[in-house]
Amino acid sequence: MTTGTGTVITYREAMKQAIREALASDPRVFVMGEDVGKYGGCYAVTKGLLDEFGEERIRDTPLSESAFVGAGVGAAVAGMRPIVEIMTVNFSLLAADQIVNSAATLSHMSGGQFHVPLVIRMATGAGRQLAAQHSHSLECWYAHVPGLRVVEPATIDDARGVLRPALACPDPVLIFEPNSLYNMEGELTGAAATADLSTARVRREGKDVTLVTYGASLWRCMAAAEQLAAGGVEAEVVDLRSLRPLDDATILASVRRTRRVVIVDEGWRTGGLAAEVAMRVVEQGFYDLDAPIGRVCSEEVPIPYPKHLEDAALPSVERIVTAVRRTMGDAE
Amino acid sequence: MLSEFRMPALGADMEEGTVVQWNVAPGDTVKRGQVVAVVETDKGAIDVEIFEDGVVREIVVQPGTKVAVGTVLARLEAAASAGAAAPASVVHEDARSSVAASRPSAVNPEASAEALEATAPPVRAKVSPAARVRARELGVDVATLTGTGPGGAITVEDVEKAGVTPRRELPGGMRDAIAAAMSRSKREIPHYYLSLATDVTVASDWLVARNASVPVDERVIFAALLIKAVALACRELEGFSGFYREGRFEESPSVHVGVAVALRGGGLVAPAIMDAADKALPALMEDFRQLVMRARAGRLRASELAAPTIILTSLGDSAVDAVFPIIQPPQVAIVGAGAVGMRPWVVDGQVVPRQVISLSLGADHRVTDGRLGAQFLARIASKLAAPETL
Amino acid sequence: MKREELAAKLLAMVTDIAPDVDPATVIPGIDFRDQFDFDSMDTLNFAIALHRELGVEVPEAEYSRLASLDKCVAYLAGKVR
Repeated sequence: MTTGTGTVITYREAMKQAIREALASDPRVFVMGEDVGKYGGCYAVTKGLLDEFGEERIRDTPLSESAFVGAGVGAAVAGMRPIVEIMTVNFSLLAADQIVNSAATLSHMSGGQFHVPLVIRMATGAGRQLAAQHSHSLECWYAHVPGLRVVEPATIDDARGVLRPALACPDPVLIFEPNSLYNMEGELTGAAATADLSTARVRREGKDVTLVTYGASLWRCMAAAEQLAAGGVEAEVVDLRSLRPLDDATILASVRRTRRVVIVDEGWRTGGLAAEVAMRVVEQGFYDLDAPIGRVCSEEVPIPYPKHLEDAALPSVERIVTAVRRTMGDAE
Repeated sequence: MLSEFRMPALGADMEEGTVVQWNVAPGDTVKRGQVVAVVETDKGAIDVEIFEDGVVREIVVQPGTKVAVGTVLARLEAAASAGAAAPASVVHEDARSSVAASRPSAVNPEASAEALEATAPPVRAKVSPAARVRARELGVDVATLTGTGPGGAITVEDVEKAGVTPRRELPGGMRDAIAAAMSRSKREIPHYYLSLATDVTVASDWLVARNASVPVDERVIFAALLIKAVALACRELEGFSGFYREGRFEESPSVHVGVAVALRGGGLVAPAIMDAADKALPALMEDFRQLVMRARAGRLRASELAAPTIILTSLGDSAVDAVFPIIQPPQVAIVGAGAVGMRPWVVDGQVVPRQVISLSLGADHRVTDGRLGAQFLARIASKLAAPETL
Repeated sequence: MKREELAAKLLAMVTDIAPDVDPATVIPGIDFRDQFDFDSMDTLNFAIALHRELGVEVPEAEYSRLASLDKCVAYLAGKVR
């Protein structure tokens, strides 16, 4: 079933392989969501799975996030391993009650008698001109909630690997998939097998500054690091991968090496994940800092539709480079 | 009103100096005592402090320029200058006059308060947390650094640069400067010399016992006892701590004991331990230690070099019996100390081995005579006989 | 700590205290005092550095054991982990 390592595939295909593997290896697993069956998923992740696994396991639902996420919670408590797809994080707000008040709480409120081994996949982020109601990055709202696990694979390997530990987890896991990455191609390596729900990864090593990021911004940071290297600044790039819990140890270890941090977060700045990461760095690494912490976030507007405005609202390579230079003390 | 910050005279024979570096820029708020520039002189690169609070308005002399003593280097808006027609305070040859000149005028306190209000509030120096930690580890004074971080903040790199390359080239002119000062001294000052061998067994035993009972970083070396003893003797007898200028002697109200520090590359500096008579021994020792370290790293401050009212030169580590020291003008006395060593000594008619040191005095005959000089040496000896009072 | 490692650390401490000494010229077998006039202040600073960096408290009476790099290594090898 699985594709061997070394193959070049898309992020979408990596995700699909993972779902297919889960369906094939565990009869308790089923997929549920809007247009996941006949249409093949609004981002075509589940395309072809209906023919392969049938209607019992690939279930199209009515347009009611609250109802099908609630059904997923019930199925998980009853012993199934549901994979619920929500089209975008914006629409997940219709199911926020089920996620925050039911899925996240049941294990705690029942004193551990019930678990909710539910996996919810949803697209997130901007960059495809889908306008404000389909383009936001609200990961931090869910990362705020105890009882949930929140992950955001940014690489082919993580997209391929993260579903397995998510399904094995007794708690509800939210998998955020940056919609701008679905067409990204990359090589599948053995690293897919090491995906987990709690650790960050250093994607590029450097000694001068740490870029902490996640999701689609990882690739902007990698491009920025490349550009900075040409100017003699070696940036280390940390991919958070898990947004709840945050891997403080990896972040702080990097900060101790570089003493400077810029956090790149596609969410809005006010009350966002970047603020949380920055505060943890201050709490645990104040005396290691050699410059004020920098943040590059989305502009505080609903993500605009026109291409040039959408681009202007998102963290860009240029803004990241500028923020790093400011941190390094270079005159602007 | 603007006041002028001039090239200070960092010793009697300094005629010119080169501005090596400015630590401040126009618009910066400066505080009295802050190191604002580094000046290269015959005595090495010296950190020069400003003796006035205010805001820098103009840098007149750019780095790399050699100018005569007294040349205006920068202009500043003095915080307390309203109504005061006094010239800008500069570092004078002796600390006393510079201290006097820098006291804010109390003539018109209201105007002063107004002027203070008009001045920007003092800005805390920007030093990154990591740089502060590193500076403490390396013993680097961040006030002497120029930051390269965001907003001119001092970074770890700035500290490490200062910490690992404190070595500044020994100026070729130092030998000439010493020659000039000593020649002038021998030409102008009618020296007389006295020496006194004294039993310091009590002090030396006391020190050994004391050092055995305190942590290693609180240990005191014998030279510190000498400094304190000299300072206390100056308090009790007039005519040894002060300056001889324009035909008359002025006793200094504070006793700043200069300690002669030999530099390994050759040469000698004698920075002062300020108010040595008023300092408890542990504090004096710490100052002494810092001073020697900074002298050897070439990081002395202008005020420390200009301040001594009397100098102690101890050659105790060189195993010589005695020193016949030459006064550094415009001072009027210098105390020498040889090595402390076991000598046959007569106590109550018996010859016994005792720890003995030979103290000597070079003094200005225009100011004091041998009789007073003898009393002065005896006072030092008696202070050493009661080390617990030092 | 290996002996070479200890010697290198000690040399760094010595040249930290005496920044006017070039570490490349220090001869391990000759007393610091004879090589570059290490005086009582330097010795005290050295003892303080040993305490701070290696945690070894050297009594004043044993300062003579710190006279040269070789003597230091011999004296400290057993005391430093």
